[in-house]
Amino acid sequence: MAEVAPPEAERERFVLSVDGLEALLVALRGDGWRLMGPTVRDGAIDHAEIRGVADLPRGMTEVQEAGTYRLARREDGAFFGYAVGPRSWKQLLFVPKLRLFRAHRQEDGFQVEPESTEPPRLALIGARSCDLHAIAVQDRTFLEGPYKDPDYAARRERLFVVAVNCGQAGGTCFCVSMRTGPRATSGFDVALTELLEGGHRFLAEPGSERGAALLARVGAIPAREPDARAADAVVERTAQSMGRAMDTTDIKGLLYRNQEHPRWDNVSERCLGCTNCTLVCPTCFCSSVEDTTDLVGGVAERSRRWDSCFTLDHSYLHGGSVRHSIRSRYRQWLTHKVASWWDQFGTSGCIGCGRCITWCPVGIDITEEVAAIRATDGARPGA
Amino acid sequence: MSTGALPTAGPMMPEPLRVRSLRRETADTFTVSLDVSERPGGFPFQPGQFNMLYAFGVGEVPISISGDPARPGELLHTVRTVGAVTEALRRVGRGGRMGVRGPYGRPWPLEEARGLDVVVVAGGLGLAPLRSAILHLLRHRTEYGRVSLLVGARSPEGLLYRRELARWQEDARLKVLVTVDQAGPEWKGHVGVVPALLRDVELEPSRTVALMCGPEVMMRFTVRELERQGVPDSRIHLSLERNMKCAVGFCGHCQLVPFFVCKDGPVLPYDRLRPFINPREV
Amino acid sequence: MASSLPPIEEHPFLRGLSPEQVKAIACDVREVSFPAGALLLREGDEARTLFLLRSGRVSLELNVPGQGPRQLETLKAGDILGLSWLFPPYRWHLDARAVEPVESFALDASCLRGPSPEHPVLEPALAMRLLRQLYERLERVRMQRMDLYKVGP
Repeated sequence: MAEVAPPEAERERFVLSVDGLEALLVALRGDGWRLMGPTVRDGAIDHAEIRGVADLPRGMTEVQEAGTYRLARREDGAFFGYAVGPRSWKQLLFVPKLRLFRAHRQEDGFQVEPESTEPPRLALIGARSCDLHAIAVQDRTFLEGPYKDPDYAARRERLFVVAVNCGQAGGTCFCVSMRTGPRATSGFDVALTELLEGGHRFLAEPGSERGAALLARVGAIPAREPDARAADAVVERTAQSMGRAMDTTDIKGLLYRNQEHPRWDNVSERCLGCTNCTLVCPTCFCSSVEDTTDLVGGVAERSRRWDSCFTLDHSYLHGGSVRHSIRSRYRQWLTHKVASWWDQFGTSGCIGCGRCITWCPVGIDITEEVAAIRATDGARPGA
Repeated sequence: MSTGALPTAGPMMPEPLRVRSLRRETADTFTVSLDVSERPGGFPFQPGQFNMLYAFGVGEVPISISGDPARPGELLHTVRTVGAVTEALRRVGRGGRMGVRGPYGRPWPLEEARGLDVVVVAGGLGLAPLRSAILHLLRHRTEYGRVSLLVGARSPEGLLYRRELARWQEDARLKVLVTVDQAGPEWKGHVGVVPALLRDVELEPSRTVALMCGPEVMMRFTVRELERQGVPDSRIHLSLERNMKCAVGFCGHCQLVPFFVCKDGPVLPYDRLRPFINPREV
Repeated sequence: MASSLPPIEEHPFLRGLSPEQVKAIACDVREVSFPAGALLLREGDEARTLFLLRSGRVSLELNVPGQGPRQLETLKAGDILGLSWLFPPYRWHLDARAVEPVESFALDASCLRGPSPEHPVLEPALAMRLLRQLYERLERVRMQRMDLYKVGP
C-alpha cells in the first residue's frame, strides 16, 4: 500500500528521462515487483504484465465516445498518450473469480479447508488519478467496514503505484467535476507527468518514502521551475479539454427524490441490461458465490465471482426478483453509484472515468442521465 | 512487507457443526438444533441476528437464530424448505453437519425498549427471529411494560411453535393473540389478518415499541395500523429479508437503497425505512 | 348478564353520536344473546338486522360442500355484523356462528333504512360509519386475498 504522502506543497519534484523511466522499471523488477502496465492487446490499451518501456503503448492513443472505442496513432511518441482503457486495476485487487474454500466429505459430515492466498507483489505502472480514487473507494467496501476481505487486503498491501497524470482527456471522462483528477494527489508512490515538448521526459513526484528512494536510486534530478510549470500546464490543459461534467450538487437528494422520474422509463428503453457498465466500472463490487462438487460429491468448492445488479438473479427473493424491470435495475445502479454510495461509504461511487459510457453498447451516458433528471427535477410519469 | 499466505475466505468461512436434533414444525418448516458444545462459550448471539447456514456442496442461506439468547449452549434455527439449499439442510439429518457462520446483523432494540410496552408482531415464519426476543422479554419481564404478541399464519397448521404458543397464551405476563387467514370448523381461534388484532391491544402509543417480522406486505399494513394509533415511526422496527450471499457487506445483493440489509439490518426502524419501502422494485 | 355491559350509546359503532341520532338509528332495538355454536345469521335468510356485538366472538362462515364450513373472519365485541339488509334482495350472504357465548344489540333495519326500503335514507352519520366499517373490512379482505404466507411467487 502506498504510504501517506507528505503535503503536496512540500513535495520535491524531479525530472526523469525516458532512460530514467526504463531504469525505474528495471529497479522495480529488481526489487521483486511484477510490473503491470498499459500495453496494446486485443485492439485496446489494457493492463498486463510488462517488462519495460518497450512494452508501453508508445505512439498510441484511443478515441472514445459514447459506445465507441478505437485505437489511433499519435505522432509524438508519447508512452502514456491515452486516458483509460476498458479494464481498471479492479481485476488485480478484487479478482473476478476467487475460490473461498474447499470442503471434504467425511464419514460424520465434512471438513472445511481454507484456501490460502499469497498474491504477487504488483507495481501498477501508469495508474490514473481516477483509478486511484476508485481503489480508495473499494478500500471502503473491503477494508473499512465491520469485516475485512482478506484476499483484497493481501493484494492491496502488495502494491507499488506509479501514477501518471493525464496528458489528455479521454473522450468520455469527467474527473474534474467529480474532483478525482486529472492530477493524482494521493495513493501513489511516484507520480509522473509526461512532457513531450522540449525533449521527451517526465516530471516525477514522490508520494511516499519508498517512492522518493526509488527516484533517487534511478538518478532523477531535481526539477527546475520551467519543467514544473510545463507539467502543471499539461494537467491544466487536460482539465480544460474535458468534454463532460457531472453536476453533483445535492446529487443524493436529487436521485432519492426522483425514483419515479419518467427518465427511468426512457433509459429502460435503451438499456440492454448487458452488465457491461458494472464490469468496466472500477468501483462496482457486487459478487455472487458458486458452489460445486466433484462427480462423486466428495469434495465441494465455494467460489466468489463478479456479479452485476443488472442481472435478474441479483435481487432474487422467494422465487422472484425484487428488481424485475430493466428500469428498476438501471435505477438501482445509477442511484447506488452516485447517491446511496454516500450513505453507505461516505463517498461517491462514481469517479468519473467514463468507462461505462464508452463501453455501453448503446452509448448510455451517466452524465446525460443525471443531467436529464436534474433538468426536470420532480417530474412524474404521465405528467 | 510480505505477510505470508492468508485464508481467502476469512469472514466467509463456515464452521461445520453437528446436528443435535431436527424437529418438524409445520409441513414445510423444521427446527434444527446444532451442537456447539465444543465451542468455548457456546454460540452467543443477540435476538434478531442471523447465521449463514451452509449445505455441503449446495450453497448457503441466511437463517435467523431462534433460540434463547441467555442459553448460548443451544443453537436453534427454524428453516422453511423453499429451495435446493434449505431442502439439502433438511436432509442433513441428525448427526450430520451443516456449516455455520455468524452471528450477523443488527438485533432487535431490546435495550431501547426497556421500560416501554412492547408489541411483537409475527407473520408466518416471522415468528422465528422474534422467538429469541420473546424469550428475552420473558426472562427480563420486570424491565418492560405490557408485552403483547400478535401472531398470524396462513392456517392453523401453518403456526410455528404451537405448543410453546399455547403455553405463552396461558402465561399471565404476556398477552398473546393468534389469528389465521383461513380455517376449517375445528379452529376455535381468531380468523382474520394480523393488523386487525391490534384493535384488541391496549396501546399507549407514546410508550410503545413494536417489533415485527413477516411478509413485507403484512408489515406495511401493520405499520399503517400502528401509525393510525399514533405509534411513532422510530419505535416501529421491521426485520427485512433480501437476497444475501455474503452477510458481511461485500456482495451487494441485499441492498435496499442506502441499507445493506445484512449489516445495517435485518432490523431497521420504520422512520429510516419509510422512503424506501413503498416505491416499487427498490 | 347483559346489564353489566355498556349501554347502546357507548357501543363503538355509535359512540359520539347525539342521543337523537342514536334514537333514530336504534328506533327498534333488542338485546339478544346466543350460546356458543348458535347461528346468528344463516345464508339465504331474510336480512333485516344489524348486530352490534357486545361480548363474545362470531365467526363468519361459508359452507363448502365436501369441506364443511370455512371460517372467513372472526368478529368480536365492538364490531358490527350483518349488512345485507342494505340492498335487495335483503338476504344474508354468509353464515355467522357464535364461537363463544355472544351478547349483542339487534337493530331493526327498518329504522336504519328509513320508512321506504326501496329508497333507503341513511342518517349521514350512520352512512359514514358504515362506509368506514366496510372500507376497513375491504382492506382486511384484500390482505387476506394476497395469501401472504404462501411460499414463492
